[in-house]
Amino acid sequence: MKIIVCMKQVPDAKDVRLDPVTNTLAREGVQSIMNPYDQHALEEAVRLKEAHAGEVVALTMGPPQAEEMLRQAISCGADSAVLVSDRAFAGADTWATAYTLEHALKTIGDFDLILCGKQAIDGDTAQVGPGLATRLGIPYLTCVQKIRESSASGLVAERMMDDGYDLVALEYPALLTVVKDINEPRVPSIKGKMKAKKAEIVRLSAADIKADPACIGLPGSPTKVVNVFPPPARGERSVLQGTLDEQIDQLVEKLVRYM
Amino acid sequence: MLKVDKELCIGCGICEDACPFGAIQVENGLAVVGETCTLCGACVESCDVQALTLEIAEKHVQDDLQSWSGVWVFCEYRRGELAPVSLELLGIGRTLADRRGVKLGAVLLGYRLGETASRLIGHGADTVYLVDNESLNDFRDDCYSAVTTSLIRKYKPEIILAGATAIGRSFIPGVATDLNAGLTADCTRLEIREEDGALLQTRPAFGGNIMATIVCESSRPQMATVRSKVMKALEFDAARRGEIVVIDPPADLLQSRVRVLESVVGEAAKINIQEADILVSGGRGLETAKGFELLNKLADALGAKVSASRAVVDAGWIPYPHQVGQTGKTVAPKLYIACGISGAIQHVAGMQSAETIVAINRDANASIFNVADYGIVGDLYEIIPKLIAKIEERR
Repeated sequence: MKIIVCMKQVPDAKDVRLDPVTNTLAREGVQSIMNPYDQHALEEAVRLKEAHAGEVVALTMGPPQAEEMLRQAISCGADSAVLVSDRAFAGADTWATAYTLEHALKTIGDFDLILCGKQAIDGDTAQVGPGLATRLGIPYLTCVQKIRESSASGLVAERMMDDGYDLVALEYPALLTVVKDINEPRVPSIKGKMKAKKAEIVRLSAADIKADPACIGLPGSPTKVVNVFPPPARGERSVLQGTLDEQIDQLVEKLVRYM
Repeated sequence: MLKVDKELCIGCGICEDACPFGAIQVENGLAVVGETCTLCGACVESCDVQALTLEIAEKHVQDDLQSWSGVWVFCEYRRGELAPVSLELLGIGRTLADRRGVKLGAVLLGYRLGETASRLIGHGADTVYLVDNESLNDFRDDCYSAVTTSLIRKYKPEIILAGATAIGRSFIPGVATDLNAGLTADCTRLEIREEDGALLQTRPAFGGNIMATIVCESSRPQMATVRSKVMKALEFDAARRGEIVVIDPPADLLQSRVRVLESVVGEAAKINIQEADILVSGGRGLETAKGFELLNKLADALGAKVSASRAVVDAGWIPYPHQVGQTGKTVAPKLYIACGISGAIQHVAGMQSAETIVAINRDANASIFNVADYGIVGDLYEIIPKLIAKIEERR
């Protein structure tokens, strides 16, 4: 069984702080990490491999430094890793990213299952997984919280809905996006770390995956950012004054219209 | 590609600060662009000496842009109920359609839809495309996507809006991919651009630290998802007239490769913090899981629901469906009362669209006070019981 895990390197959200004076992101000391949801996708892939035999390939589109994340993926159980990297991919929106990953997958060869995190924490769109499955013409499930049964040919999974969950069965090839409830990712073993250090990461360029230059990066993106601005300052930002009882009285006055 | 004009650049470093992605660094008095550049253009505007330019290859413009007309709203129906966000989308959809001078269409998929189509007309739709079929009773991405895509190809609306619900966020990206259409997730503002009638889609990015306005200039349709409670529904008007177009899709579109074995209504249905008008939210400052008993009392007094920060969900004090923030739910209630929540940026990203934010926290320096409209610094175990008593007096 061949499982591909699509992942993204993102800024570590817990390091990201707002500079209270300039209202911009304070970036000093912000580390790049594997998107947290993708860690769960990787863990689930490794568990499936352990249950049914096969291999796990970690795949990312990103800058050269994303190689670090792929080594981490190998230390956590991936057998090999592919970095799709090219300046021409810069500015890709979710459509162009799905296009690029599709071409990378076709270059890599056959697969049974693709696992992705439900979304990346920097963009929060949750669009690439469904987009990729659609491009590949395979069925998909989003926000999977549990794989109840699995075999070498298909699986039964719980996919989260707003009002509960649906229990769904499908056959491979298929794509799933997963939420963090699905598992508890393992920490890398010493052996895994050794393997990661020595592993050779496959590098693929836009030409290697036979991508049409008009379909990748910014030129291939139907959406275009035309303006970026700080969020509007909100509210009166007032800390109430007076004794505690007076403050509570003032607050209740303000809240009356909501009662 | 982002180009730096070496003659013009004075190495002032303003662009370094303006870049939301940390992709620019001043080295030897010159701005140097790194690999993490996403070509967002924030730096270009920040540069006082116009040393930065974005060079973008010409985009292929779809040749039939003008033949796409009308605004559509995907209306979600499940377990005999219309998702409230559908009516909210008809509200903004009406505004956009009027601005463009086009019709507002509603797409309604499901089984045993009853009088729902007339309801959609009363809430603003001119035309309802109704697909009432047993195969659409369960939500399956491939069927929903195939039926919706075929309708879009046939009727060619220029704009399509959908709720950023579990269903919308799952199948709409598939539809957009099939149509080679641009899709913007979780928009908080939608407007029509004066010069060319394009849809301006504004959404928070980078955990709510920056707002980005996005446009699809050279392709149609333009697609966007919007979260619950962001837009306003129109009052139902029984006098409104509209057309109902009954669609009988070909059988092959209703073939699915997945089987829904069971559909389970969980605790999440009762909780649904995204639909609440008032939220009383607890964080680590509660100090113990028992703190939620107090918050429940405050919530009861206000007719509110209880939500929480990630820290206390991770600690197991309250289940995940209550979690507000980047990795939880995004909420936009009329009133949000943050109790013992420090205001980490990931939390703020999930609640900053609330109409009024109240913060109660012992730490006067907590960043939650930066987004609060009213703040009280003090011990929440002293403040909240008094607050409950005062609220009950006023009732």
